[in-house]
Amino acid sequence: MRKLYWIFLFVIMMNGLLMAPFTQAEYADVVFNRYADESGIRPVIFPHWFHRIRFRCKVCHSELGFKMRAGSNNISMDDIVDGKYCGMCHNGVIAWSAERCDLCHSGKPGLKSGIRGSHETGGPGRW
Amino acid sequence: MGDRGEANPGSMAYVLCLVLILIIGSLVIPQVSLAGERPPPTWKKLAEDGLHDPDNLGLEELQEPGDALSTLPVDKNRAGNQVDWVMALQQEYIQPRTNIFPETKVQLLDLDIIMGNTGEMHMVRFPHLAHTEWLDCVNCHDEFFKPEVDANPVNMFAILVGEFCGRCHGAVSFPLTECGRCHSVQRATYKGTLGAQYLDTTKEEILKMLEKSREQSALEPIGAVDY
Repeated sequence: MRKLYWIFLFVIMMNGLLMAPFTQAEYADVVFNRYADESGIRPVIFPHWFHRIRFRCKVCHSELGFKMRAGSNNISMDDIVDGKYCGMCHNGVIAWSAERCDLCHSGKPGLKSGIRGSHETGGPGRW
Repeated sequence: MGDRGEANPGSMAYVLCLVLILIIGSLVIPQVSLAGERPPPTWKKLAEDGLHDPDNLGLEELQEPGDALSTLPVDKNRAGNQVDWVMALQQEYIQPRTNIFPETKVQLLDLDIIMGNTGEMHMVRFPHLAHTEWLDCVNCHDEFFKPEVDANPVNMFAILVGEFCGRCHGAVSFPLTECGRCHSVQRATYKGTLGAQYLDTTKEEILKMLEKSREQSALEPIGAVDY
């Protein structure tokens, strides 16, 4: 058991050391690039920190149906314009509408989809 | 005395080990305070965070993390967003909305679970209250956790690859470097029982709550397509 504990500590430390130089984003930022690059628009950066100041997790992850795993939500602009997913709030009433492309599609071209760590913690490993 | 000046393989290995420890230490230690008060935390600007495109004109309209997060209580270990989100919520630094659909029933549950199968680590106290303030019952039950003591094969390896608690911890909620926040109950001094710590809520009431929560999630919310 003691051996497992050290292996576990080692994995966490190496993860932190190896990931630290590459991850600078704010903890829990999510990159959406399933369709963006191939459609010629910047990938979406979703900041969890911004949204959790305004909404509890349950609003999006229970009421709006976002699954709690990066990559498992297949979201198209049609859905959003129809008022689903992000479009429930991003409709020009609660938050800016889908016409404000640049505010969500704000990432560097070519970013890989997925959830990121932070410049402080090194962030998640395989998430 | 004759072999003075010659390298002793044993002491060489010792010195190498020391150097290695120093190198690793110098990378890790800066996170630990050595002299009193730490300066307040800083957050990367969006244009410098490696994700946002600095050429995007829309960037100016977005809120900078530092502008919002510097007004919230600082996380004691500066982990994650460097914000103590639970304290921010409980002390009303933030008032995030609980629901969008008026018919959604917002449920809280005050029930701690003591998990004793933690090897040599302290036992885990899982507080439902802090979790249900953010999450709905159906976020975890029954998809990731059976609502039953000892029915879930939770272990750190599964958590590290994003299962069980690792769905959120390590990704959005505080990261997995924060061992002591979950492993907080000392086995030697703990006088209570393992499992659910029923206080004011009976098991029947809790199961009823969960049933209600499942009924709600069965309603088709406007936003849900593939849930």
